[in-house]
Amino acid sequence: MSTKGKVTGIVSNLVTVQVDGPVAENELCHIQLNCTDLLAEVIKVNGDKASVQVFESTRGLRGGDTVEFLGRMLEATLGPGLLSSVYDGLQNDLTTMTGVFLKRGEYTDPLNREKLWDFTPIAKPGDKVIAADWLGEVKEGWLPHKIMVPFSFKGGYTVKEIAPAGQYTVDHTIATLTGEDGEDVPVTMTQKWPVKVAIKGYKEKPRPQKIMETGLRTIDTFNPIAEGGTGFIPGPFGCGKTVLQHAIARQGEADVIVMAACGERANEVVEIFTEFPELIDPHTGRKLMDRTTIICNTSNMPVAAREASVYTAMTICEYYRAMGLRVLLLADSTSRWAQALREMSNRMEELPGADAFPVDLSAIISNFYSRAGMVVLNNGQTGAVTFIGTVSPAGGNLKEPVTESTKKAARCFYALEQNRADQKRYPAINPIDSYSKYLEYPEIISYLDGKIEKGWVEKVLKAKTMVLRGKEMADQINILGDDGVPMSYHETFWKSELIDFAFLQQDAFDAVDGLCPLERQKYMLDLILDICGRHFEFSDYEECRAYFKRVINALRQMNFSKWGSEDFDKFHTQLNEILSENGN
Amino acid sequence: MATNAFKKIYTHLEAITKATVSLRATGVSNDELATVEGRLAQVVKTRGDLVTLQVFAGTEGIPTNAEVSFHGNPPTLKVSEQLSGRFFNAYGQPIDGGPEVEGELRQVGGPSVNPYKRRQPSELIPTGIAGIDLNNTLVSGQKIPFFADPDQPYNQVMADVALRADVDKIILGGMGLSNDDYLFFRHAFEGAGALDKIVSFVNTTEEPPVERLLIPDMALAAAEYFAVDKNEKVLVLLTDMTLYADALSIVSNRMDQIPSKDSMPGSLYSDLAKIYEKAVQLPDGGSITIIAVTTLNDGDITHAIPDNTGYITEGQLFLRADSDTGKVIVDPFRSLSRLKQLVQGKKTREDHSQVMNAGVRLYADAQNAKTKLENGFDLSDYDLRCLDYAKDYAVELLSIDVNIKIEEMLDTAWRLFAKHFKPEETGIKQVLIDKYWK
Repeated sequence: MSTKGKVTGIVSNLVTVQVDGPVAENELCHIQLNCTDLLAEVIKVNGDKASVQVFESTRGLRGGDTVEFLGRMLEATLGPGLLSSVYDGLQNDLTTMTGVFLKRGEYTDPLNREKLWDFTPIAKPGDKVIAADWLGEVKEGWLPHKIMVPFSFKGGYTVKEIAPAGQYTVDHTIATLTGEDGEDVPVTMTQKWPVKVAIKGYKEKPRPQKIMETGLRTIDTFNPIAEGGTGFIPGPFGCGKTVLQHAIARQGEADVIVMAACGERANEVVEIFTEFPELIDPHTGRKLMDRTTIICNTSNMPVAAREASVYTAMTICEYYRAMGLRVLLLADSTSRWAQALREMSNRMEELPGADAFPVDLSAIISNFYSRAGMVVLNNGQTGAVTFIGTVSPAGGNLKEPVTESTKKAARCFYALEQNRADQKRYPAINPIDSYSKYLEYPEIISYLDGKIEKGWVEKVLKAKTMVLRGKEMADQINILGDDGVPMSYHETFWKSELIDFAFLQQDAFDAVDGLCPLERQKYMLDLILDICGRHFEFSDYEECRAYFKRVINALRQMNFSKWGSEDFDKFHTQLNEILSENGN
Repeated sequence: MATNAFKKIYTHLEAITKATVSLRATGVSNDELATVEGRLAQVVKTRGDLVTLQVFAGTEGIPTNAEVSFHGNPPTLKVSEQLSGRFFNAYGQPIDGGPEVEGELRQVGGPSVNPYKRRQPSELIPTGIAGIDLNNTLVSGQKIPFFADPDQPYNQVMADVALRADVDKIILGGMGLSNDDYLFFRHAFEGAGALDKIVSFVNTTEEPPVERLLIPDMALAAAEYFAVDKNEKVLVLLTDMTLYADALSIVSNRMDQIPSKDSMPGSLYSDLAKIYEKAVQLPDGGSITIIAVTTLNDGDITHAIPDNTGYITEGQLFLRADSDTGKVIVDPFRSLSRLKQLVQGKKTREDHSQVMNAGVRLYADAQNAKTKLENGFDLSDYDLRCLDYAKDYAVELLSIDVNIKIEEMLDTAWRLFAKHFKPEETGIKQVLIDKYWK
């Protein structure tokens, strides 16, 4: 008999329940309100009183209302059909809901139970298998979706039967496994997993080996993110965080993209599912939506489900990683999740940490980031979850708890800067403050040596130093005046502006410039560093400024022109002419 | 508010603060309304049989033996076509001397639109103001606030925008409006002969601040009626949201909640998002666009109210007095319309986005030159040209008294570029230069 209870207290979405039996931390329950069941999660137990956070509005709830505990934690439903879906934070399929408005207590199935999938067996009767081993495969669009031994299975099993190739629904038993105790267990194409627990079932988690291309010069060249790496993008509002994230989602080199819109604007989600079905994945030529799953808990949806949304998203990522795929998770924004934790902690009257956030905020964030990573599966193949989260620091001030906690957890830092955004220098990633720890990884350095050219990272560091030098010169010029500094200061400053305008800045909305493959990035960086390595003669700083503006203009026009096109060559020639006028 | 004769009446308060009262009562539902000594109140907390009520009109003079009765339902509004042209207070009662509105009773602060049922906003809302149309184009279904210091003419600009916008209904939610501003809106709407398409919910400074908390929900319930039931294009004006947030902090403070930044409640983001996210483009053609006002303290946008607002809304319009030209301008640096790329170059001329970016970038160069000038340095020829350009740009395009069509704005920008710069100094794509350079 399951545990039951009665509502005894309500403050917003925190409800206190008097229980008549055992309850578990994070256990789910249904609160009965008229004819609907509101889903809630236990977050604290004290004596026979359980505090539960309700994933819905509590309007109309009364003291004495009945509560029924479900004996399980919040779980994600995993199986073919996750891709192209649009879910809420609790993995309800938003596309199959009726009515324009969300209805309380309306829960929809995450997977289509009727659809037939083309199944091909991988395992054979007699095979010894353990959790996460591949039993078979279905084609989810173009993607080979592996049907695995459920992650919750403990110990070894022997395959007794496996379904022959054919069409089955997700609930069809496709294999029967015999456990060590001799008992037979049926396996279908779908399984459930508690979202707050990381999916293991792999052999090891090595250091990242390669970079994940995004087509963005300021990331791929200056501060690359590793496949299976972690990064975060903090920035005040209006600095292009969303545009940057969408660009990464469109262009990121991954098999599967999961976007968690966590406490953000609904129209941004609308943009994704309006545009992605039309857009083409630049790496495979397929529809972008085919590889994308959206989990959205927009800012007006129930606050408690915000936390659930990022965990649900991560669980889906880990599931695809176990199939040997490269998955990219984008979460916008983790600050909203932290704020949801703060609201709840506040209602529970816990002693607050900095800025009224809960004291364990840092631990929660680093635990979440640690779920990303590259893994070697039991069968020796590899899979990866790359995670990029955005942070929305209050007042744009990076010295606040969420940014600081995330900085400890993430390896790449892409600092969006108000000043750059004001000057429309997009992407507004500050080239000096931002960093990628992966540039220090010997594995990544040698990967880039092979992928691009030997000594590439040194070249990148050289460019970075020039940008820094340029900034120092600019400071000097601002203090001493244009006439108060030697000519070389101006030259150094304008060389850094050249790198900024012609390389770091990129027009995300331009069809050509928006996506810059590594090969083109290398070509442009070589060209720019060659110009920066020259010595020029100028009679005054006016001439210097005017000259570099022309150089920048020619390079920018090249960026806007198709790679290898006539236009590209035309502007290249124009650049060479300008360069032949001065310098050696 | 009439009390129901069959409801139990309670006559003993356990606790009273400036904004809340607590009493022992049973069978009370969360968010339900109540009447405390003739004043409207709402259930905000239940603990055992101890119920805390937020009293909208304040608790001055309420005794411990006050009469309390519960209504059994959350705040509601009667909706019908009769709302048009009427002025109401925060409780939805007429304040224009007209009759009560007949119509269907709807709960305010209702559920959210399923994000999947939304459509991507794509219709341009022209305002004639180049600082908006050229640089920060508005789109139906968008939510955007004016960030302005209290001395700026934000209500006038908002009224201009509302009356020029091509919409079916305008709904004004006035929070803490001064009586003068209230009358200004009334006269502006009457003067434009647009009164029949306007519905107003007004809380003036003469009324208790906590009442303001009802205004946005009332205004948006009316907006949803017209947008969802009637498929109309609705523009909602909310002024001033800073005063709304102040009222939130009063209540949370009285309820002993731990404040977060700037003594605002920790739930400020969610509270504001619940309002702004009502902006929507619906599948059947109806839409709700929200233009709000958030007053700033000396231009400080890092304060919790503008800061949280900026993260929720789709951009912000920043008004600033330009000392060089004596005009109030829409600041091109701090202003942003996040939805502008949905219409720029699609519903407007192809050169729109590049012209906009070049115009702002050159204006930024002028600001740098100005800094140099202020620091006593010599200016280069380019600096001087930038400064000249900035003056023209501010007067002919950024100023809020501009009222021209978007094509004209683009032509003006090209004319200013040609007057002050060489083509390569603008950084605009060559194909566009070839076509439009004057």
